Amino acid sequence: MKKLWSEPNEQGFWGDYGGRFVAETLIAPLEELTREFHAASRDRTFQRRLTELQRDYSGRPTPLGFAARLTEHAGGARLFLKREDLLHTGAHKINNALGQGLLAARMGKRRIIAETGAGQHGVATATVCALLGLDCVVYMGAEDVRRQEPNVLRMRLLGADVRVVESGSRTLKDAINEALRDWVADARETYYLLGSALGPHPYPLMVREFQKVIGQETRRQFQAREKKLPDVLVACIGGGSNAIGMFHPFLGDTQVRLIGVEAAGKGKRIGEHAARFLRGGGGKPGVLHGTLSYVLQDDAGQISNTHSISAGLDYPAIGPEHAFLRDSERVEYVSVGDAEALKGFEMLAKMEGIIPALESAHAVAYAVRLARTLPKSKTIVVNLSGRGDKDLASVQPLVGKTKKR
Amino acid sequence: MNSLKESFERKASEKRAGFIPFIVAGDPDLATTGRLLLGLSKLEPVAIEVGVPFSDPTADGPVIQRAAQRSLAKGTSLAGILNLLKSFAPNELAQIVLFSYYNPIFQFGMAKFARAAAECEVAGVLVVDLPAEAAAPLQEQLRRKKIDLIFLVTPTTTNLRLKQIARLASGFIYAVARTGVTGTARELRDESESLVARIHALTNLPVAVGFGITNRAQARRVCRYADAAVVGSRLVAEIEAASGKATNRAEVVRAAIECARQFV
Repeated sequence: MKKLWSEPNEQGFWGDYGGRFVAETLIAPLEELTREFHAASRDRTFQRRLTELQRDYSGRPTPLGFAARLTEHAGGARLFLKREDLLHTGAHKINNALGQGLLAARMGKRRIIAETGAGQHGVATATVCALLGLDCVVYMGAEDVRRQEPNVLRMRLLGADVRVVESGSRTLKDAINEALRDWVADARETYYLLGSALGPHPYPLMVREFQKVIGQETRRQFQAREKKLPDVLVACIGGGSNAIGMFHPFLGDTQVRLIGVEAAGKGKRIGEHAARFLRGGGGKPGVLHGTLSYVLQDDAGQISNTHSISAGLDYPAIGPEHAFLRDSERVEYVSVGDAEALKGFEMLAKMEGIIPALESAHAVAYAVRLARTLPKSKTIVVNLSGRGDKDLASVQPLVGKTKKR
Repeated sequence: MNSLKESFERKASEKRAGFIPFIVAGDPDLATTGRLLLGLSKLEPVAIEVGVPFSDPTADGPVIQRAAQRSLAKGTSLAGILNLLKSFAPNELAQIVLFSYYNPIFQFGMAKFARAAAECEVAGVLVVDLPAEAAAPLQEQLRRKKIDLIFLVTPTTTNLRLKQIARLASGFIYAVARTGVTGTARELRDESESLVARIHALTNLPVAVGFGITNRAQARRVCRYADAAVVGSRLVAEIEAASGKATNRAEVVRAAIECARQFV
């Protein structure tokens, strides 16, 4: 295998991006976490336990399937789906929650806190806490509580204390603010189980390492089936954990195109979308939640509100490794708006019998758009990062409307 | 010449208790902030911390969060705050320390920020989410303009880090009395006294203690072992309450100054 080249330095920087921009109180806990994470990575017992739970509890490996009718509909490149939606709790988030949950237990921390946007990370964390017998507090923005209600009930059933965040835009960004405030108050006893490839070092690295299994399996499965590597990989990007988990094992294979799909929301103006890399969209390098990356903000450095139909993509910053991969042009970043994502959502349901999460529907929609432009000899793998049960209530008033256009 | 250092020395020679009030610039509006700065300066504090509002203040409790929101809703920006400071005559105000999150300064540009801050006689800058290992680019610019970069030290800071921070620090060291965000009402633990002792063992710089000082007795106790007590949320809460009740801004200023006076 070729040497991987996208690795952070000791301070957690990928080139200019990443680092640890936090209050002094959190430096010692982050240093402890970094040490413990590296120790666990070398600990065979830990790794064996994780692999066992991935297999027996979350249901790995997930299938890689050919989407025959979707391919026929697009009339171009062949489309494959990496089925992270089939994991226990319904999304890739369990990969990271399981890894970090085991790490917390190994560190002797009994109280787990987490933030959640779509609720998938919150559910995954609550699940792992139930499994390992840990206390769990989940912070969730009031707006997200409204649009992802089934997940709130799920978390409560799993024994988590769901705290509704009413500050700011009342979405993922504000949930992270509250989780950080909780952590700063009690970092000695509390483990902050961050859900995406963002935040201060070592989180972007650690979350990627726990999500890399997606790309590793995809690589193996695709090679076994097609005797070659795929031509294109497509994944949606909020903070960027499912995408980096899918892309990272392929970074050295420069013939494989890697495409990240951001949420273009309902317009190009700031506040109407969550596309940090969109030209003219207002995203530029800045510091939010402890990391230096592309951030949607105004000229004075105040963080912008964002909009996306999908709560999991509705976040103003992107993980620092993506910023690095964008500048180095190894990964292409595109965006898909609310309406097109809804079309992808319905298309996958009707043609493949799979209801995707609205987040993943962004990747589906873009993959179909791209497949049309490519010859039939080409192959595209879409990371189907989650299933859509949680979104049924919010799409109900919208479904069917997109057909006529 | 080091103005913060001199201010602490003057305080010590006059045997006064060290007091550092904190307010959020632009709350309730920038004009009132100007009057508050003048009023607070008359109390002869060793410095005044001027908070730059940020949309996502992760180190702050609810009181300062709300103040930042009110301020941002009025359109306050770092540029506007610097303009306000520039409008005062030399030495009209106490020593000013700007208290900010990193992103507003990052977007302003380090060199430009250092120049602008020097023009309005800012004595020190404290960036709450800029730890020592990431501070070099800003500190280099501030040094050229003889502005101190103030570092936070907390009960979780190891002695090894404390040494590194003491080497980089100038002006004074800000000891965070306890873990947690600003302003949450909890008793000060003895952590703060032992933390100050650890700092004093490593550096001659003055030490200010803050986060959670809400009454005169606490401030007095802190000043027995530290060089100054920082009072933030208590004062900001007073401004919030007075802004809600008062019919004019003069009353807000009067209420805030009365509140601050007990700490002098």
